[in-house]
Amino acid sequence: MARLIRMDHTGHTTLAEWTAGDADAVEAAVAAFRAQLDAGYYAVVSTGEGRAEQVRELPPDADLVILRRPIAGG
Amino acid sequence: MAVLTETERVYWRPRVDARRLTVRGRTWTTTTVAHTVPFLGTAALLVGLEPLAAPVAAVAIVHAWVIPDLYARRGANVLKPKPRADEAAERTSIGLLGDLVGHAARSTAARTGLVIERGALGVWVVGEAGAVLVAPGGRRAFCFCVSVRDPQLPSGDRIAHLLLALREDEAGFATVANLAFSGARWRVRRRLAPALRPALDEAARLAA
Repeated sequence: MARLIRMDHTGHTTLAEWTAGDADAVEAAVAAFRAQLDAGYYAVVSTGEGRAEQVRELPPDADLVILRRPIAGG
Repeated sequence: MAVLTETERVYWRPRVDARRLTVRGRTWTTTTVAHTVPFLGTAALLVGLEPLAAPVAAVAIVHAWVIPDLYARRGANVLKPKPRADEAAERTSIGLLGDLVGHAARSTAARTGLVIERGALGVWVVGEAGAVLVAPGGRRAFCFCVSVRDPQLPSGDRIAHLLLALREDEAGFATVANLAFSGARWRVRRRLAPALRPALDEAARLAA
C-alpha cells in the first residue's frame, strides 16, 4: 500500500494510504497532497539509490511520497 | 535534471559545480594564508630584531594558529546535534531516516547520528544543521550551513530534509547552503565531538 507522509514534530504523520486500483483512496490522497503543497510543503519521491525527485502531482504508482519543508542556508 | 526549488530564493548565486567549488576552496585557503602569514612574519621579525621579544612573538604565533582554528570550529558546528525532541518523535524520525539510507549509512548513523551520502561533488556527511562535503581525495572539507526552519522537528527529520534535498539536486543543495568553512579535513575533525568523528573518517575513506 502506498503512503503519503509528512515529516513533522511527531517524527512523521501518515496523511493518506492508497492502492492504485482504489479510486476513492487515490482521490483522497490527491486532495491531501494538494492541501499540503498549498501549505508550503514540497513532495519528494525516491527514484533509486541516492536519488530523489520533487513531484507536483501525486504519483499514484509511488510507494512512498514524503512531504518536506523548504531548506535554507543558515 | 530537476533543479532544487529553493535555489529560486538565492537566484543571485551562481550554481555550484566542481570547478566553482575548487575555486572557492582555493579562495578560502588564500584568505587563511593572508590571515596567518602577517602574524608569523611579525613573530619572526620580533625575534630577529630582539630575542627578548620571544614571548610577544609566541603570542603572534598563537594568533596565527587560532584564527584558522576558529573558522574550522564554525565549520564543524554544522554537524553539531540540536537539542532532542520528545523520545517517541525521535524514534519515529530515526526510523524513517533509516528507511531512506542503505545498510552502511544506517550503521554509521546509528553510531554517530550523521548520515553519509555519496555525491558527484564528493562524499557528504549530513547533520541536523548542515553538511560537510569531503572533496575527492579526502583531504579538503567544505562545511555547509543549511537546515529546515522548524525548531520542533526531531533530529532524524532534520537530517532527512537535508538528505532528500541533496538527493534531488546536489549542486542546488550546495548553492542554497552557506559555506561556513573550507580547508583541511583534519582541522574540521579536530573540532568535532569525538562521537561524530567516525562519520567524517568514513567519508574521507570513501572520498580517497
